Amino acid sequence: MVSAILFYLFALMILGGAVLMVTRRNAVHAALWLVVTLLGVAGVFLLRSAEFLFVVQIMLYIGGVVLLILFVIMLVNLDAEARQPRFHRQWLLALACAVVVGAEIVYVLLSGLEAFRLAPAVTAVQTGGSTERLADVLFSEYLLPFEIASILLLVAIVGSVVMAKKRI
Amino acid sequence: MLYPITTIHYVILSAALLLIGTVGFLTRRNIVIILMSIELILNAVNINLVAFSERFQAMEGQIFAIFVIAVAVAEAAVGLGILIALFRNRETVASDEIDLLKW
Repeated sequence: MVSAILFYLFALMILGGAVLMVTRRNAVHAALWLVVTLLGVAGVFLLRSAEFLFVVQIMLYIGGVVLLILFVIMLVNLDAEARQPRFHRQWLLALACAVVVGAEIVYVLLSGLEAFRLAPAVTAVQTGGSTERLADVLFSEYLLPFEIASILLLVAIVGSVVMAKKRI
Repeated sequence: MLYPITTIHYVILSAALLLIGTVGFLTRRNIVIILMSIELILNAVNINLVAFSERFQAMEGQIFAIFVIAVAVAEAAVGLGILIALFRNRETVASDEIDLLKW
């Protein structure tokens, strides 16, 4: 019961924050509503017993990405931008595209609803916590993708510095 | 229907978040908010991955979520670097004013 109440609380945080983020005129306000959404997603991770991802979500997303976005908003002066229209001219067409995507998702979910009537979850013999098992799999089976991800991050660091620098 | 929270609830939540992100991505003019909408879409995917990971007691879902987060961080860093370079050259962050390639 408690977990159901928490789920709906986090769902409200996620969806409300997302709607407000998309509709706010001021970019700083949008970034702050994005924080609410990301906190809700972190709560959902905790409900689904993904403790490591909960910590990663708060440290990386809220502490890293949103901070970076706020820095960029402060760097580029958006005062003139805030007085201009929020949505561009083709917003009706874009909204129609989004409605089509939504209808497709609803159709696929409804037609595949039978597949969600799964057998009760297998309660496997759990040795250690969720984070421990995650580390076991990540550093044995998925070691190569892990290393490739580190190369990707290195490329991103170098790339963003090259992009943002005035003269190389 | 509403009370025992099952995997389908998480799937519906994730689909709703993905749709809101799509609307923001397609309709907003400000490129910073377009980048934030991409983060919303990636978070929707992560909710799905984690929900199914717990459902099947398999760690692969969480591992993919970690990779998605790594890619999202890299994308945000490079995207904001491009945005700063763009603002230095064109003095605008509105997506419909960047029309150099438009005929």
